[in-house]
Amino acid sequence: MGEMEQLRKEADSLKDQITAARKAVQDTTLQEAVAGITVVGRVQMKTRKTLRGHLAKIYAMHWGTDSKLCVSASQDGKLIVWDSITTNKVNAIPLKSSWVMTCAYAPSGNFVACGGLDNMCSIYNLKGKDGNVKVMRELAAHTGYLSCCRFLNDSEIITSSGDCTCVLWDIETGTEKTIFTGHQGDCMSLAVSPDFKFFISGACDYTAKLWDIREGQCRQTFGGHESDINSIGFFPNGNAIITGSDDATCKLYDLRADQELITYQDSGIMCGVTSLAPSLSGRLILAGYDDFNVNIWDSLKAERVGVLAGHDNRVSCIGVSSDGMACCTGSWDSFLKIWN
Amino acid sequence: MAQTNSGGQGTNGVADESPNMIVYRKMEEVIARMQEEKNGIPIRTVKSFLTKIPSVFSGSDIVQWMIKNLDIEDQVEALHLGTLMAAHGYFFPISDHVLTLKDDGTFYRFQTPYFWPSNCWEPENTDYAVYLCKRTMQNKARLELADYEAESLARLQRAFARKWEFIFMQAEAQAKVDKKRDKIERKILDSQERAFWDVHRPVPGCVNTTEVDIKKSSRMKNPHKTRKSVYGLQNDIRTHSPTHTPAPEAKQPTEEELQEQITFWQLQLDRHRLKMSKVAESLLGYTEQYVEYDPFLTPPDPSNPWISDDTTLWELEASKEPGQQRVKRWAFGIDEVLKDPVGREQFLKFLESEFSSENLRFWLAVQELKKRPIREVPARVQEIWQEFLAPGAPSAINVDSKSYAKTTQNVKDPGRYAFEDAQEHIYKPRRRRVRTCSEGSCFQGKPLASKRLTSRLSSC
Repeated sequence: MGEMEQLRKEADSLKDQITAARKAVQDTTLQEAVAGITVVGRVQMKTRKTLRGHLAKIYAMHWGTDSKLCVSASQDGKLIVWDSITTNKVNAIPLKSSWVMTCAYAPSGNFVACGGLDNMCSIYNLKGKDGNVKVMRELAAHTGYLSCCRFLNDSEIITSSGDCTCVLWDIETGTEKTIFTGHQGDCMSLAVSPDFKFFISGACDYTAKLWDIREGQCRQTFGGHESDINSIGFFPNGNAIITGSDDATCKLYDLRADQELITYQDSGIMCGVTSLAPSLSGRLILAGYDDFNVNIWDSLKAERVGVLAGHDNRVSCIGVSSDGMACCTGSWDSFLKIWN
Repeated sequence: MAQTNSGGQGTNGVADESPNMIVYRKMEEVIARMQEEKNGIPIRTVKSFLTKIPSVFSGSDIVQWMIKNLDIEDQVEALHLGTLMAAHGYFFPISDHVLTLKDDGTFYRFQTPYFWPSNCWEPENTDYAVYLCKRTMQNKARLELADYEAESLARLQRAFARKWEFIFMQAEAQAKVDKKRDKIERKILDSQERAFWDVHRPVPGCVNTTEVDIKKSSRMKNPHKTRKSVYGLQNDIRTHSPTHTPAPEAKQPTEEELQEQITFWQLQLDRHRLKMSKVAESLLGYTEQYVEYDPFLTPPDPSNPWISDDTTLWELEASKEPGQQRVKRWAFGIDEVLKDPVGREQFLKFLESEFSSENLRFWLAVQELKKRPIREVPARVQEIWQEFLAPGAPSAINVDSKSYAKTTQNVKDPGRYAFEDAQEHIYKPRRRRVRTCSEGSCFQGKPLASKRLTSRLSSC
């Protein structure tokens, strides 16, 4: 047997053993374990505010940590920072490239970042001396589009790209500190753990990976989806992750059990999931779909408990503020809506 | 509908299908059931004045069928799903360009599989030009162009001014072929053709379901897609989308990569897995603990400012006097204390009373160092060393010899994490019960283990 053949057999055998090991801890299923609790009552949320101002499809939004300000990115080539309560535009930042796909708000509130088909992550300083918002850094090294970015703090940011890698950058020097390789398809989305030690990424190879930020290693890989994973997020306790895919399902994976716990799907839902966000307690998962709706799932019972219907085109992004009070959705219809 | 999975590793798939294909197949499954002879939607020919309307069914028929045969609860959901399928062109209203489902007597017809989206059409403007031109040649009363179509035709005439003779000839040829068809057949085919164009050139204001997310369009390598013409035209116009790069072939892993994979899987195999029952219990516990703090599930007290427009809640939060519910949350764990600015303040006051202030100041200085710009780091490292660790330091802290030695080394080549070791070891394990703080015994009964504390503190 050739060397390659032998290695392949070894790899396959290990994968089988892992499947068996995962099965071995299945003394119950999540469904059985929560059989005794009742489904959350019907959740009805209304649009409280509509943020108008973008002139084209909105591709991304992100809440600031104060739960009042948020930033959105649109194909009209603008990044807008909104005061969600008054609906005023705090900043309207014109971008060099209008093909923007992602945006992020720094936890400190001092910076915002964005990127897209220009393969770069541009950092903007919101608290510049003369009040003007200017590009502070352009982080260029990716060889594919920038699909997502998230700040760790004012000096570090993580990006995911269509070149199948994720990168941890030092913003000050504009250099790559760590490159996370391993995905076999475009990385579409990333999320940072509540303790800032790990991050997860979802990709077009249908898998999600957990990465150790300091060590630069992939710690775990989760499969099961049948198509691109478009969106990913941490369950608030930091021990489980949620993924949303083009196969019209969302899945909950537990990090400590190292496997999938449950799938959120419904025969009436045919369109892909574009975005998702858990509520503060994690009991609800709000997911945006290509069919213009947001479906609200009871995360433990895996039943749909609500629908947010109000957009006239695909819901492309969703976010729940850190105080848990408001959910913001962004759509290809060029509007952002605040729901609760 | 919930489903559990036995947690296999999933395919190592590089996508070999456009993501939309999954959606199309799902819709087509439903369409197939709708078209079944026995249990499908009843299709009939309706007699109206002097004409017959062949092969139609009403909007209500569709809604009723869906409620009966699919896992759908109510009319709203049926309309939503039906409109989605209509927008993709699987069935269409015969008298309207706008592709939505209405729960009334409006007549609908099925689209022929030739025109289904799963055939990956990306019709060019030349095809559209032939189509619109053809329409003007036919019986005007029946097939008059809508305003937006007339505008499109005018625009295309300008754009294809040089080729127009060719396009005109094609349209004539098509019209001739159409005339030869049986009248009833023509009615059906004409409507299906129009519905096809309603999908690919939608009425202004309608959603274009053929729009693809730019992130996905760069990866689509569908062999059928390129330059298939509806009317058999030879197209030499390239598509203008910005990202039509052919996706790379899936690479076979190299020996080195396989070796890496094996190492990775071995580590995975060796990892400790928690039992599902424990994990489920933990999730349940967490959600139950936090449900009263989740504004989507428990209305906040006194009211949710978003809903009531009363900002009392936010004013209370900003004040220095935390309410009972808020303090209760601090007891959940150190993260909660540190997330809340008032909690943090209280906790630091408490730490100052329990531990020496030098340790605290050192710890805070090291935290701040980690966020400094790199050019300031070496100088700051020296300052911290001098203040807290150097022989004869004014605010000398107590560190074990091993950490001290390591730190001495680190300081010679200073980086942001020079004091990482020292930081972890300054809080010697003092597992005594803590005393009350000024906030009414919020920290009572919580032993402080050093590593756990520092790891939590390092995230704020």
